[in-house]
Amino acid sequence: MPRQPTARRSYDGVVACQPVTVPYIRYSPESAAWWIGRALRQLVTQSGLRPQDLDGFSCSSFTAAPDTAIGLTQHLGLTPRWLDHIPLGGASGVVALRRAARAVQAGDAEFVACVGADTNHVDSFRTTLSTFSRFAQDAVYPYGSGGPNASFALITKNYMNRFGARREDFGKICVAQRDNALSVPHALMKQKLTLEAYLAARPIADPIHLFDCVMPCAGAEAFLVCREETARSQGWAGVRILSTIERHNAFGDDPIQTRGGWAMDAGELWAMADVGPDRIDFVETYDDYPVISMLQFEDLGFCGKGEGPDFVRSHTLTNDGSFPHNTSGGQLSVGQAGAGGGYLGLVEAIRQLTGTALGKQVPNAKIGLVSGFGMINYDRGLASCAAILARSA
Amino acid sequence: MSTPLARPKRKNPLARTRLPLLPLGARSRTAHGLTAAAAEGRFALQVCEDCAHVPYPPRDACPRCLSARLAFGHVDPNGRLIAETTIRVSTDPYFRERMPWRVGTVKLDAGPVIVAHLHGDTVEGERVKLALKLDKSGSAVMLALPAQETPHMQADPHLREMTCDPRYRRVLISDGRNAVGQAMARAFSEAGASIVFVGIADPWKPLPNQAELSKIERVEIVPLDVTDTESVTELAAQNGGRIDIIVNTAEHVRPGGIIERGNLSVARDEMDIRYFGMLRLAQAFGPVLRFRGADGANSAAAFVNLLSVHALMNWPTYGANSAAEAACLSASQCMRAELRPGGVKVLNAFFGPLETEWFQIVPPPKLAPAALAKAVVAALKDGNEDIFVGDIAQDIRERLKTNPKALERELGSH
Amino acid sequence: MPTPDLLTFANAVATGAIRVIDLTQTLSPEFPTIVLPPEFGQCAPFRLEEVSRYDARGPAWYWNNFTVGEHTGTHFDAPIHWVSGKDLPDNAVDTIPPQKFIAPAAVLDCSAEAARDPDFILTIDFVERWEATHGRIAPGGWVLLRTDWSKKSYTDYAGLRDDGAHTPGPSPEVVKWLVEARDVLGFGTETIGTDAGQAHHFNPPYPAHFYMHGKGRYGLQCLTKLDQLPPKGAIIFAAPLKIKQGSGSPLRVLALLPGGSA
Repeated sequence: MPRQPTARRSYDGVVACQPVTVPYIRYSPESAAWWIGRALRQLVTQSGLRPQDLDGFSCSSFTAAPDTAIGLTQHLGLTPRWLDHIPLGGASGVVALRRAARAVQAGDAEFVACVGADTNHVDSFRTTLSTFSRFAQDAVYPYGSGGPNASFALITKNYMNRFGARREDFGKICVAQRDNALSVPHALMKQKLTLEAYLAARPIADPIHLFDCVMPCAGAEAFLVCREETARSQGWAGVRILSTIERHNAFGDDPIQTRGGWAMDAGELWAMADVGPDRIDFVETYDDYPVISMLQFEDLGFCGKGEGPDFVRSHTLTNDGSFPHNTSGGQLSVGQAGAGGGYLGLVEAIRQLTGTALGKQVPNAKIGLVSGFGMINYDRGLASCAAILARSA
Repeated sequence: MSTPLARPKRKNPLARTRLPLLPLGARSRTAHGLTAAAAEGRFALQVCEDCAHVPYPPRDACPRCLSARLAFGHVDPNGRLIAETTIRVSTDPYFRERMPWRVGTVKLDAGPVIVAHLHGDTVEGERVKLALKLDKSGSAVMLALPAQETPHMQADPHLREMTCDPRYRRVLISDGRNAVGQAMARAFSEAGASIVFVGIADPWKPLPNQAELSKIERVEIVPLDVTDTESVTELAAQNGGRIDIIVNTAEHVRPGGIIERGNLSVARDEMDIRYFGMLRLAQAFGPVLRFRGADGANSAAAFVNLLSVHALMNWPTYGANSAAEAACLSASQCMRAELRPGGVKVLNAFFGPLETEWFQIVPPPKLAPAALAKAVVAALKDGNEDIFVGDIAQDIRERLKTNPKALERELGSH
Repeated sequence: MPTPDLLTFANAVATGAIRVIDLTQTLSPEFPTIVLPPEFGQCAPFRLEEVSRYDARGPAWYWNNFTVGEHTGTHFDAPIHWVSGKDLPDNAVDTIPPQKFIAPAAVLDCSAEAARDPDFILTIDFVERWEATHGRIAPGGWVLLRTDWSKKSYTDYAGLRDDGAHTPGPSPEVVKWLVEARDVLGFGTETIGTDAGQAHHFNPPYPAHFYMHGKGRYGLQCLTKLDQLPPKGAIIFAAPLKIKQGSGSPLRVLALLPGGSA
C-alpha cells in the first residue's frame, strides 16, 4: 500500500489501558445502567482509581435510552469535565478512543472511562429493530422485518454474485473464530464449529444461515484512556495508538455496499502509523456478518477489492495461524452485547498487546489493527473506523 | 410463474379463526407522501426541484444540494432487481407467521436504490417495475413486479395480501334495485366472486330487471333495507361471517339545495338512506369484517363507499345530496381507522353525474354504471383506497388541488 | 234512554261476554306503505331504533324510539288530510270530537268478488243488494269493505304492477251516495288506501278521500280480521293519536262483538 505523507497529528503521549469485560449473558432483566455500572466498578477496582477520579466519561449504549451519558453521570455519581455519548454501534469503540485520546492530549481530561454496554431483555432486540432509525422505519422494517440479517443477506448475495465468494469462504472465517473462542471463558458459543455444521445450519435470510449471525446478549466492555506517563507511574500496562481513521456515509452512490469508508482513508491509516499490512500481528474486524470481515480485509489494504475470498482461502485465521483474526472469537462466537460489540475488538486488542489475553495469546503480539463498522441506517453500514495499536515499550 | 389461486376450501366451523396482525405502519410524515400516492394507485417519489435528484428513502433535505424543495411527483417505476433474499426468521409477529418472505434491492432507472417486496415472478438480475401498495397497516410499501405481465400474476401471495381481489371472495351489494347495484353485481360475478349477495328492500315492490339479475352467475338475492336497523342486523347475523367485501350501492339522488327545498322530508330520506344506511352497515358488519381480516384466502377485505365527488365540494344543484355525501365521506375516514386493526380497507370511489335517471337533465360527460363498477373492481384488485372515476370526478379533484375557493364559485354559479 | 251500566259493560269485556277483535296490523318495518311518484314526498315506513336493552346503554330497562308516518300501517285519516276537507271545523285528529271514535260498523263482504278481480269496484248497486239482505245502513257508523286483502302476501297485498297498484276500492258514485244518502261516519278498508289502487284514473281521482274528507268524514286503512265481524252489530273503537293538527295517525282499531261464535 503506497504510503503518503499525512498532516494528522500523532497520538503520542496517550495510551489505552485497563481492559474490562463484564461476562455476557443471553437475557438479563437488569437495565443498561446496571451493566454500565458493573463495567465502571470493575474498572475502578482493577485500576485502584476512585470513581471521582474519572474526569472523562464516554458511553455507547442502545438500551440506556431514554438516558444518554448525561443522565448516567447522575445515576452513577460521576462529575466529569469531559463527556461524550457515541451512538455508533459497531464503530463505537475506536471512535470513543479517538475522541478520548484527543481530550487527554489537550489536557481536557486525565482519566477517561470509555464504556460500551447493553442489556438484553426478551424483547430488546425486536424493540431496538423497530425503532432503529427513521429510514429503517420508513423503508426497511416494513419489508419482512428480517432486521440486519435481511439487509446483510442482500449485501452478501450481491458480493457472492460479483466476486465469486462461496459459503465455504465465509464458513472458514466463522470456524476459525469459534476455535479462537473455545478458550475464552465467557464466550456464549462454547462448542467447536465444523465447516459441515456451518454449511448445514438452517437458513435465516438466504444466503445467510444460522452461524453467520451474532447472538444478541447483555454485556459490557470498557477501557481507560490516560497519558502514557500517568499509566507508567501507576504501573499500568498500556497500549499506544499509532493511527486512526473514521469515515461515515462513504460511497453512497454504490447501489449495494461492496466497500466501506476505510477504502477512502486506508492510505492515511498506514501512513500515519508508518507501518504496512505485513507488520500487523493480529486483526480484530467488526464481524456482524462474515462478509463484512471480508470487506474489511479488502478495504483496509490486506488484499484488493474482490480478492477477499482468495485471501481467506490462502490464510489460516486462528490465533496460531498466518493471519490471526478476531482473536477472542469475535461477536460471532462471544455474542453481541449491543454497543459492547463495537468495543469487543478494541478491548481484546488491548489485552493481546499487554499479554493479558483471556483466551489464547497471539505469540509475540506487538502491533494490532482494530476495525469498527456499523449503523445500518437504511441498506448499508454508515459508520466505519480503524486504529493501529502497538504494545507500549 | 405464479400458481393460479385455488378455490379456498370451506372453512372448518370448529377451527379457531386466525386473528389479524399488522406489519409496522409507523412512518415519518414525509414518507406518507408515498402513502398518498399508493392510496390512489400512483407511483411517486420525491424529485428535488433545484437539482432534479431523486432521493430515497423520503427525506427532508436533498442529499445532493440540501434543498428543501422535495415535492413528490411521478417517476419512472422501471428498474433492475440487483439482489434478493428470502427471509425465514423475523421478530415481528405479522411476518413471523408469513415466512418465508422475499425482499430485494431494486435499482431504479431514475436513480435511487429501493428495498422492496418481491412478487414471486421477479428474477434476480432481471428488469422489474415498482408499484406502491398499501400493506395491511395502511402505509405504503414498494412492491417489485415483473416488467411484463405474467400468467396468474394476481394470485401471488404478497400481492393478494396487499390487495382486495374479489376472486373467490363473497361480496354483498347493498342495494340491487338501482342500475349501479346491478352493474356491480355483474362486475363482481365476472371478477370471480364466489357469491354475490344482492340486497333488495321492500320485496313487495316490483323489481324491474329481476329476471336479468337472477340470471347473473352466483348472484343470491337477500332481503336488505339499509334504512331498517333490524333488517341490516339480521342479515349480518345470518351472513356476516361469509361476506368479505361490502359495496354500498344504496343511493338517493334528488336535485335541490338547502334553502330552496323548503322542508326536511327529502333531506331526511337522503340522510337516512345514505348516511344512516352506511352507519347501519358499518355497525352491523364492521366487527365481523375486522375479526376476519386474516381469515384465509377469502378473508374479509374491504368496505366500498360510492361517493359523489361533491362530497368534497358541494354542488348546489344537488346541494342537499352533496351534504349527505359529505357526511358519508367523513364517516368513511373514521371507518378506515376503525377497520385498520383488522387489515380491512375502506375504498372510496368518487364519481360525478351518472347516466341514471336522477341525473337525466345534466349534460355530459356522465359516467355509465358499468364503468363505475369496472373501476371499483380494478381498484380492489389494485388495493387502492381513493379513486376518482370519470372525467368530472377527475376534473373536480384537479380543481380542488389548485384552488378550492374558485371551484366553490364555479359550482355555485349554475 | 236510561244510562247503560258501564260497569256491567266492563265486566262483560273482561269475562269475554263481549268479545274484543283486534282489527290492527302489527306496526313493523316490513309492512308495505303507500308509494307515491318519486318526485313527491313519501310516507315514512315504520322504523324502530333500540335505545337500550338491559345493557350498558340502560341496565334495567328496554325501550325504543320509533319513526313512523301519520299514514303508516293501520291508520286513521282525518278530513284535513285532503284538500277538500282542509277548511272544515274540527277536521284534525286533535280536534275531532272524541265521541266520534266509538261507532257501529256495517261490514260489506266483497271477498269473493275481490278474489276474482283485484280491481273490484264497490258500486251503489252492490250496497243496495247487501241492504236487501241485512237492512239499511244506519247513519253515523263506519262502512267497512271486507276483501280479505289482509290475508295476502305483502307482494300481492301491495298489488304493484308497472302501471301502479291493483287493489279494490269504491266508485266515486258509491262514496258520494254513502255520505249523502246514508250519512256514514267514515269508510274503512283492508288495503293500503281507502281508494282503489287505480283510483288516480277516476273522476274525481281518489273519490273516497275527496268525498269523505270533503264532507268531514273519516277513513280507516290496513284493517285486518274483518272476516270475523258480522255484517252488522260490531262496535268499533278507533281513536287516533292526538297529534297537533295531525292529518291522521297509526292507531289501535278494536271491534267489540256480542259473545258467542262470530
